[in-house]
Amino acid sequence: MGIKCPHGRLYSVSHSAQPKGQDVLNAQDAERFNLLVLPHLDSAFNLARWLVRNRTDAEDVAQESMLRAYRFFRGFHGGDARAWLLQIVRNTCFTWLEKNRPPEPTAEFDEEVHLANSITPEALAIAGNNRDRLSRALESLPPRFREVIVLRELEGCSYREIAVITSIPIGTVMSALSRARHQLQLALLSPAREEAAREL
Amino acid sequence: MSCDLPRTVIHGYLDGELDAVRAADFERHLEQCPECVAQLDAQESLRSALHRAQLYEQAPALLRQSVLAALRPAQPIPISSRLRPAAAQWLAVAAVLLLLLYSAWRLLPGLTGNNNQTILAAQVVDAHLRSLQPGHLTDVLSTDQHTVKPWFDGKLDFAPPVRDFANDGFPLQGGRLDIVNGRTVAALVYARRKHLISVFVWPVPSTEKESSSPRTGSQQGYNWITWPEAGMEFYAVSDAAPSDLVQLQRLLSQ
Repeated sequence: MGIKCPHGRLYSVSHSAQPKGQDVLNAQDAERFNLLVLPHLDSAFNLARWLVRNRTDAEDVAQESMLRAYRFFRGFHGGDARAWLLQIVRNTCFTWLEKNRPPEPTAEFDEEVHLANSITPEALAIAGNNRDRLSRALESLPPRFREVIVLRELEGCSYREIAVITSIPIGTVMSALSRARHQLQLALLSPAREEAAREL
Repeated sequence: MSCDLPRTVIHGYLDGELDAVRAADFERHLEQCPECVAQLDAQESLRSALHRAQLYEQAPALLRQSVLAALRPAQPIPISSRLRPAAAQWLAVAAVLLLLLYSAWRLLPGLTGNNNQTILAAQVVDAHLRSLQPGHLTDVLSTDQHTVKPWFDGKLDFAPPVRDFANDGFPLQGGRLDIVNGRTVAALVYARRKHLISVFVWPVPSTEKESSSPRTGSQQGYNWITWPEAGMEFYAVSDAAPSDLVQLQRLLSQ
């Protein structure tokens, strides 16, 4: 798909970060950037907001991601600009989380047996009517699960797009989504457990 | 009894990611597996809860300004400040001409079809979302096409086709007027299992999009499909699976 993305560099996120001299795009590339990438700022912010779980931090991370995208725009050789940008956003988010937050749970909880029987469409419909509860349940998921839910349900990405953004094989996307949804149902129906997750 | 079908198949089906053969296999499997039916119901319930809650958060206006401001110094320094006044004037004239050309290009439909498509899809999805607010779904609530069709008479400058497809699993729920792209359009509401589908219809000039095939996409988790038919543009939106929308499209095109 011709998508390249820089990995691994640590950034100090700050509002004063500006593209450096050698990263300046020529007028034509700058115009292409404005047309292709800038319109996806909402998507960038939304993903960042759910990954760092805070609007203020998400603004910083989304801004940093946009500047990174600008710097590396010459490495974008066409294709899906939203997926290309979101790949940068999620990498920037994970770098930011490593630096600024204690590690989050990455494994699934092992209480499924007790709750599995209580997952009914009715129970989910009732719990799901509470926006705050749904939002907290989503935030309680490990980040790798949270991102597939956000990309699929909020951003409307296909499995293929999710695979590109998260750099994992499509088969892994399927199983991650299946486990993430299951865990979201558990979190939704068990607020106590969800609180415990936030304490970690 | 326990079903040994991999759980991912249910999700693939829910997300419209199975190919036609595997989707049909799974539907046959559903007929004799209450466990998978319950699973699918639970997943659909979770999905519609997520969509109803509208968890998508848009970028604050300040962030937009701040990004633009951060990128601006990266643009080349305005040439005019480095040139003699006469040259600067000519450049200003050239810049105005370019700007005019650019505006004309942006306004020309077709050349920017992709972009317009995204904007239109966003509007249609918004209209569908608005309709899901309590009391906004239908202006005329009836499953009878002979009640819904006359209701539109005199309210629109065209006659949208109104048909019930209850026998094919898409019962008509009613109709309403809506506004898309600044014009009044007809909206037909169909049900598909637990999902609601809005079909927006408006007339298009006959020269446009004469023989194009249906286009599909998704936005904020809602799937859409659009196609031209008999001088009208159809736009169906729903959280139902893309394959359901394709099926409805075929029914409407018969």
